[in-house]
Amino acid sequence: MSDAAREGRMSGGEILRGRVRVRRGDFALDVAIEARPGGIVAVVGPNGAGKSTLLGALAGLLAVDDARVTSGDRVLTDTAGGVHVGAERRSAVLLGQDALVFPHLSVRENVAFAPRAAGVRRAQARRSADEWLSAVGLDGFGDRRPGQLSGGQRQRVALARALAARPSVLLLDEPFAQLDVRTAAELRDLVREQVRGSGAAAVLVTHDVVDALTLADHVLVLHDGVVVEEGTPLDVLTDPAHAFTAALAGLNLVAGTVFDDGERVLVGDDGPRLPLAGVVTAAGGEPVPGARAQLTFPPAAVSVVGAADRGWDSVVVDVEPGPAAVRVRTTGDVLVDLAPADAAALDLRLGAPLRLAVAPSAARLRTLPDA
Amino acid sequence: MVRAVRTGPGDVGGWGAPRLLWAPAALAVGLLVLPVVALVVRADWSSLLSDITSPAALAALRLSLLTSLAATAICVVLGVPLAVLLARASGWLSEVLRALVTLPLVLPPTVGGIALLYLLGRRGLLGQSLDAWFGIRLPFTTAAVVIAGAFVAMPFLVLGLEGALRTAGTQYEVVAATLGASRWTVLRRITLPLVAPGLVSGTVLCFARALGEFGATALFAGNTPGVTQTMPLAIYSAFNGAGVTQGAAVALSLLLVAAAIVVLLVARAWRPGRVG
Repeated sequence: MSDAAREGRMSGGEILRGRVRVRRGDFALDVAIEARPGGIVAVVGPNGAGKSTLLGALAGLLAVDDARVTSGDRVLTDTAGGVHVGAERRSAVLLGQDALVFPHLSVRENVAFAPRAAGVRRAQARRSADEWLSAVGLDGFGDRRPGQLSGGQRQRVALARALAARPSVLLLDEPFAQLDVRTAAELRDLVREQVRGSGAAAVLVTHDVVDALTLADHVLVLHDGVVVEEGTPLDVLTDPAHAFTAALAGLNLVAGTVFDDGERVLVGDDGPRLPLAGVVTAAGGEPVPGARAQLTFPPAAVSVVGAADRGWDSVVVDVEPGPAAVRVRTTGDVLVDLAPADAAALDLRLGAPLRLAVAPSAARLRTLPDA
Repeated sequence: MVRAVRTGPGDVGGWGAPRLLWAPAALAVGLLVLPVVALVVRADWSSLLSDITSPAALAALRLSLLTSLAATAICVVLGVPLAVLLARASGWLSEVLRALVTLPLVLPPTVGGIALLYLLGRRGLLGQSLDAWFGIRLPFTTAAVVIAGAFVAMPFLVLGLEGALRTAGTQYEVVAATLGASRWTVLRRITLPLVAPGLVSGTVLCFARALGEFGATALFAGNTPGVTQTMPLAIYSAFNGAGVTQGAAVALSLLLVAAAIVVLLVARAWRPGRVG
């Protein structure tokens, strides 16, 4: 490893803590976030959930109503105390979807930008830029112009440029969104390795489940400006509590009320009727009749059964290609994955009736606190 | 930075333009080019060299170039900050300022000349005090030529550069700021280099406008050979038969046309930020 890289590795080490409240018309954001040095916190959520607003507030680029952001002992924002450290003095660097490599500077000058702005002499800044370029796999690219690079290479330059600033905080805003699958995977590996090594506390905004699973040690699910669940990526994605998270994890989520008609069943709000015998109770304790509860289960665990079998009646809402062969969306957004032979044997015209059942062992039950 | 896509002949860039546009477009080219052609045709080539190398012509050319350069320098020093502030400002004040900046473009230059006289003339709003306190009298001096040139040329620089700044947007500036660059560093290393093509073309237009300035100069600076008689004024004087012949006016006009073409060619050849 190069000197610059090693030095950079020792420069981090500050915990980022943020509590941010922003109000914009009807939208309100209220989030608490903590990122450890060398760790990556993923913030996932649908468009408009407030992810970018959160990053802007952490970066010091947005006016906030009520916030306190600290990095180690440094107070970056404290609305109560009237503190607002400018973006240029936060040591919080943005790496966005668009690499935004300065088009008028060579690759080397791009990477040397932050050290130069910090007053490092030109020759030394260039040397360290070359070392960072080699750390991101761009040995010998220093003299290129940004216009001569591929999208993945530009994103590597942006990463090297960000790391060369030796930031305490790294704010990643869907940095892989515009890359093809292969390039995104390579860059994901690079980001993981470099962020861990740099000691920067990183916040990654994404709506890609792969990013969350492969990069993050902690996931926040943001919905309508509030954190609806958080935990390790594995916990959150295997046992989602929120419909958005379930969709992200590729699971069906049916919310409903528990009934007892000889056996315990969950009657979903959109009609599905799911026997609870044999399901895994994940959280909230045993279901009692009258309680609100939700079941999550993979689309592959749903099967089409005969009219006399136990199950529930639904209709085909739409049909699309799926991991098995065909994915059918049915009443209440319950997804069903069908193998080619099954799909061929069924009537899958829109509106056609289907009787469905779920393998109980694949379903997880979560009883909800009374509203 | 948005790089212009070059479209050449045979490029599909021109596809879709109705053929009906050809006739008016050709007439437009004729309207722009034919007068210059007529000027060249009318020139008396035998006396051309002596006409344009006469001491009066050379003095006028020298004065024109120097005052235009000075006016352009003033426009750059004052206009670049104004353009940056206008481009980054929002709200009614910036709208009003933008309209005011446009004013010299739409005013007849003669009106500008009279306005300058009433501001800086010996009995003018400011001129009175300048005279009383510092003994400075601006009208009918070389300095007046420079001020008149700056007055009419400034909008070309400010509006051109402001447009370039708005197109460039602020996203690169934001990245530079999060990388630890101060506002001054961002302006120097990101903002201005990104709009360098706009700055160069604005400056060239500004210089060209100052070089061609007539009306405001005539009223505010007068027509004194060697002091305020720039090329356009010398041409006007020559054409009206004061001292020299119309042939001399044609020769001087050709000289000004040549000077303008040289300026435009130089500006085209030097394009900063071009990917080599």
